[in-house]
Amino acid sequence: MSADITIKITDREGVTHEVLAPTDMNLNVMELVRMYELAPEGTIGICGGMAMCASCQCYVLNAVAISEKGDEEEAMLSEAFHVKSNSRLGCQIPITEDIEGLEIELAPEA
Amino acid sequence: MIETDILIIGAGPTGLFTVFEAGLLKLKCHIIDGLPQPGGQLSELYPKKPIFDIPGFPSVLAGDLVSNLMEQIKQFQPGFTLNEVAETIDQLEDGTFIVTTNKGTKHHANSVAIAGGLGSFEPRKPQLEEIEFYDQNDRGVDYFVKDPEKFRNKKVVISGGGDSALDWSIFLSNVASSVTLVHRRNEFRGALDSVEKVQELKELGKIKLITPGEIVGFNGKNNLESVIIETNGEKITTETDYFIPLFGLTPKLGPIANWGLEIEKNAIKVDNSLDYQTNIPGIYAIGDVNTYPGKLKLILCGFHEATLMVQSVYQRMNPGKKYVLKYTTVSGVDGFDGTRKEAEKQVVKSID
Repeated sequence: MSADITIKITDREGVTHEVLAPTDMNLNVMELVRMYELAPEGTIGICGGMAMCASCQCYVLNAVAISEKGDEEEAMLSEAFHVKSNSRLGCQIPITEDIEGLEIELAPEA
Repeated sequence: MIETDILIIGAGPTGLFTVFEAGLLKLKCHIIDGLPQPGGQLSELYPKKPIFDIPGFPSVLAGDLVSNLMEQIKQFQPGFTLNEVAETIDQLEDGTFIVTTNKGTKHHANSVAIAGGLGSFEPRKPQLEEIEFYDQNDRGVDYFVKDPEKFRNKKVVISGGGDSALDWSIFLSNVASSVTLVHRRNEFRGALDSVEKVQELKELGKIKLITPGEIVGFNGKNNLESVIIETNGEKITTETDYFIPLFGLTPKLGPIANWGLEIEKNAIKVDNSLDYQTNIPGIYAIGDVNTYPGKLKLILCGFHEATLMVQSVYQRMNPGKKYVLKYTTVSGVDGFDGTRKEAEKQVVKSID
């Protein structure tokens, strides 16, 4: 049984939630946000997690070793709004034990 | 006025399959969709991606699933109102409905099946204060190229980094007096030949490329006269007649949200114990657009919901009439176009 990890997510209203994330369910950060309903349904994960809509854009707030950006994610972010240098697509960050303690903030709804 | 039995809003897989199940019950369907082609998300977002959980298809490309559904429902001759968004609904005294689109097309139906997925696709607008002024009344900002002739001999600035930005830049380079393509970075995401064509047109001086660049403001008293482009830390002003931001489409529930339907978590609440009817009798919601305890937004669930929903419409239109379930294998399928599909007859013959 793999251990749960803790992730801090600041929602679009500015409220920070510390949530437990299972690492054995093949989840990503977008799905975690939906699991805890930290953003209204229909405002996040619109494309289902294909890096095609940027509705799960988030800002990475601390230095945790997360996976590198892929080409598709890079391309989507180059067309998204409110993009900063620490922007990522939540759907492209898999939940693994390596990202224990990750802190993110959800980007505004575009 | 378009007359039909079931008016389906949304031409995604659930909406399309509804036509088939309704057809088996001799009910006619008409479909409204805001996009120019049927298929919904499958055609608009991921036509070339595989789906692995359609029963009986180990793998099927989204685009192929749509083609197959179109083929499957052809015999029931569905009507289509494409490129139009259902805007208002009025219930007549006899309980039937009139649905009017944003372009004024009126549809009269016994029942309405909302199969709208995540909503109608709307352009993603750059977050710029003055854009709401210039995108009104043909003042110079357009989110679609509806009639390319409008841009003949005009100066055009396009922004975006995907297929539509590339393709329209290429097309308009032969129509407009000048085309400037602005994108936040040097890399574009699109079909290889589109990217290469833009490269070629850039070298020929037919497309002016500004990368990395971003539109940050507008000038013009009544109409757009120029845009302000931020590139490499400086701001430049480029004269233009039109600015066309092409940043893709995003679904919004849209006008349906104002129809008096019970909505929870951006989805329409339905009775899943019976027929997927909403709080307004005669209006149903099926597929990704609805919600009920245990809801899963899967295509296969949409198919099931559509099948049960049409039974309820049948009862509505034929009160008290007993319905006997027919298997297509046994009874065949009689199309409205006069075609008949049926299982090949077995022979009963002695073997000497």
